[in-house]
Amino acid sequence: MPNLVEIRDLHFSYATRPILSGLRMDFPRGKVVAVMGGSGSGKTTILRLIGGQIEAQSGSIVIDGKRVDAKDTKALYSLRRKMGMLFQHGALFTDLTVYENVAFPLREHTKLSEELIRDLVLMKLQAVGLRNAAHLKPSEISGGMARRVALARAIALDPQLIMYDEPFAGLDPISMGVTANLIRRLNDALGSTSILVSHDVHESFAIADYVYFLSQGKIVAHGTPQQMLESQDPYVKQFVHAEADGPVPFHYPGRTLAQDLLLGDGQ
Amino acid sequence: MILDMVSALGRWTREYVVNVGFATRTFFALLGASPRILRRPRLVTGQIHFIGNYSLTIIAVSGLFVGFVLGLQGYYTLNKYGSEQALGLLVALSLTRELGPVVTALLFAGRAGTSLTAEIGLMKAGEQLAAMEMMAVNPLERVIAPRFWAGVIAMPLLAAIFSAVGIFGGYLVGVKLIGVDEGAFWSQMQAGVDVWKDIANGVIKSVVFGFAVTFIALYQGNEAQPTPEGVSRATTRTVVIASLTVLWLDFLLTALMFN
Repeated sequence: MPNLVEIRDLHFSYATRPILSGLRMDFPRGKVVAVMGGSGSGKTTILRLIGGQIEAQSGSIVIDGKRVDAKDTKALYSLRRKMGMLFQHGALFTDLTVYENVAFPLREHTKLSEELIRDLVLMKLQAVGLRNAAHLKPSEISGGMARRVALARAIALDPQLIMYDEPFAGLDPISMGVTANLIRRLNDALGSTSILVSHDVHESFAIADYVYFLSQGKIVAHGTPQQMLESQDPYVKQFVHAEADGPVPFHYPGRTLAQDLLLGDGQ
Repeated sequence: MILDMVSALGRWTREYVVNVGFATRTFFALLGASPRILRRPRLVTGQIHFIGNYSLTIIAVSGLFVGFVLGLQGYYTLNKYGSEQALGLLVALSLTRELGPVVTALLFAGRAGTSLTAEIGLMKAGEQLAAMEMMAVNPLERVIAPRFWAGVIAMPLLAAIFSAVGIFGGYLVGVKLIGVDEGAFWSQMQAGVDVWKDIANGVIKSVVFGFAVTFIALYQGNEAQPTPEGVSRATTRTVVIASLTVLWLDFLLTALMFN
């Protein structure tokens, strides 16, 4: 099976508000796939559906041949052991040190000796350049460093699938470059598959093998980063070249200014 | 107008029933997740230290002052009937039967309960619980259950400390300050307090309060809206609901225990 994750005809809505409709996506093994789109386009929802945190109204998500079923807790937890997820703000456990955060999944899911756990944790922290910050608490490190610790924690069990939720949000250009480089290097070193949810075009295009563009819950374009750069699709053009107006309107939809001011034909 | 009121009442009733049903389901899920913490008792002992130890000062100081007041009020009342020798008995019975378990539970709700709600609520807001779930670790087993059992274990211990310090406070005021006979103070207490009827019933009360207050605090934290305002509201709800529940349960238990 060439794809680690397959999404077919996925529909999801919050109450009556549709978020995703008729989604079809493939995430090939060993690749970094970026899911891009504006805020509120449903990118993070896709990650939450893949992780089984929420359940779709219809359609299917298959990971390594197994269908994600949020109701079957045992099967879901078994699937999640193959996954690592980097949350937007790291989601580090604030009462634990950097070392203990990375050791957490190892202690929960393995019966390794403390010596072996120590070696593994230090290796993971070495990979993200924070071995010497092992003793610090999350409150004592910067946002960029917290993101890297969360990355070390996400790869602690060498997962097959790593999901990144806005890994570049709020980072300075240096931290952004470091994080992007780490995502690519770790993916290749572990032989895993990465799903990168982001709206940062420059960094995502630099490391992704394939890109999906999402707008209003639908895939509007997909292809390699080069194909996306050359795309004539109005939405992709507006997004990639950061144009203020286009298919995504500047103004929130609703009444016109003339109607609100009771002027002219707005009356 | 009347239709609106009926509609609002119906909506409120439906929401109330849904909330009670969800809380009951969570409670049983919590009990179901509990046996697994037996394999890792250090998670519970760490929380007993956190919840119990940090509540100790407020419990001990409050117990001492409640004992002082009982000593004073008890003496003034008993003195009218020439029964001031029974002051020790009055102080001990008041504390072991009622004030020990009830005041401890109310203070526990304000001190440890709010702390638990805020901690769980902020863990939720910071996506720490979601991160745990994504690591295939059930937060109910790893975070909620250890705190729950720590609260249940800590409550009777704190109530016992409250009562013991309160009796000492009553002794200081009654015997040392006012001059009630020391022998009568202790002997009347020893003769009048029944281990099973008074002390054991007080312990049972504080265990029941431990279940109620800790569960309410953890449930409110877990169900808090993941925003600063949501956590703040959940913390307030913990104090209000836990306090009313303790008072209501106290009435129910007293009626059952002492006919």
